[in-house]
Amino acid sequence: MIYIIYLVIFGLFLTSVLGLVASWIDRKVTARVQYRVGPPFFQPFIDITKLMGKEVVVPNTASKGMFFFAPLMSFAGAVVASTILWINQLGYTEGFLGDLFVVIYLLMIPSIGIMLGGLASGNPLARIGASREIKLMLSYELPFILSIASIIVRSGNSIIFHRIIEIQGQNGANALSFSGGIALIVSIICIQAKLSFAPFDIPEAETEIMAGPLIEYSGIYLGLYKLTKCVLLFTLPFFIIILFLGGLNLSGIGIVYSIIKYIALLVIITLIRNTNPRVRIDQAMKFFWGPVTVAAIVSLVLAFIGL
Amino acid sequence: MSLKLRALLKSPWVFHISTGSCNNCDIEILDCLTPRFDIERFGMLLAPSIKHADVLLITGSCNRKSMIRVKKLYEQAPKPVVVVAIGECSCSRGLFIHSYNCPVPLDKVIPVDIYIPGCPPKPEAIIAGVVKLIQKLKGKA
Ligand code: SF4
Repeated sequence: MIYIIYLVIFGLFLTSVLGLVASWIDRKVTARVQYRVGPPFFQPFIDITKLMGKEVVVPNTASKGMFFFAPLMSFAGAVVASTILWINQLGYTEGFLGDLFVVIYLLMIPSIGIMLGGLASGNPLARIGASREIKLMLSYELPFILSIASIIVRSGNSIIFHRIIEIQGQNGANALSFSGGIALIVSIICIQAKLSFAPFDIPEAETEIMAGPLIEYSGIYLGLYKLTKCVLLFTLPFFIIILFLGGLNLSGIGIVYSIIKYIALLVIITLIRNTNPRVRIDQAMKFFWGPVTVAAIVSLVLAFIGL
Repeated sequence: MSLKLRALLKSPWVFHISTGSCNNCDIEILDCLTPRFDIERFGMLLAPSIKHADVLLITGSCNRKSMIRVKKLYEQAPKPVVVVAIGECSCSRGLFIHSYNCPVPLDKVIPVDIYIPGCPPKPEAIIAGVVKLIQKLKGKA
């Protein structure tokens, strides 16, 4: 019962609000980089409200069940992942063995949902987008998991968030060591692709395949996808902060540091997004399976040595 | 005014259809998105797909081939949706009014909410037109 309350308060409500604020920061920074004024603060909230009020158009060629189920699935995956992160961070629970792996799996579900939605909508452009999403996912998951593996090795083979945060509290943040630093860079590149931001916005390339898998979605289902994106925009940096930067500290002056950590990470992601052109899918695959995976393996080896 | 309409007016995503324009009007629309005019200040974004659109910006001379498509696109757009005719061509077919290829004006095919004349209209005129449209919808609701 108590977990359902956590799910609603932290996962659904708090993370959605913080995610929408994060997406405002993202849009505002983008605008400032381009010498524009940018949207007002409540813009993401208004966008979602508007989408709730729009009509839902279902294409004739769509397979209806999956078309409606896929956005819910994406959203649910992201929300549950963020709930697990929150309750570990706030110390409400000791966690359970392997909750790190559960979160890794849950963070894949939004991408799978986008893929299924695209394939179910029966639009050729959406299918191209979905196929690109599959390829992109195959390429970024390998280095992402390797970089997390090096954190697991560094924190004494523990696979519980609680322990990882505790060990960082004793020995300092993981990112301050060689292996942790390299793994941090690798995972920032990977979450760039997980969020499908430029240079890895290949599945949703607006100028070539018109929003890819989302092309046929309208109304509240499009709103759910947008909300999932916002939730991920909060959850993925939060995940990185827990693994690499010692977690958030929500007491006293620690709040300021926590906010600075998160916003710094978000601004880095936004700046990468704004200063890079889109790459092709084969280039992205070569990039992830080449240099990025090598860097992740190097960090894993360094972690074994103990650097 | 209902929350639905209020949210729509604060975040209109525009979709841009050319019905055989000379491309000048389209360039002026794109000008509105540049740093100088920056319509994202008002929450407007360029929607990639018709299913995401709230506002249809229609330019061009309404020729036979494209009007079939415009009608289809209007039917596909999720309602409520607002139609804006930009440029002399889409308001009244402009200098193509006697052409064999442009038999009917735009507002005989789909309902048009606002007309922005000019050949091409300046970005300022487009923004002013949209502001008037918002006032009209506010008054109506
Ligand atoms: S109104 Fe003028 S500028 Fe616009 S499409 Fe027609 S001819 Fe071109």
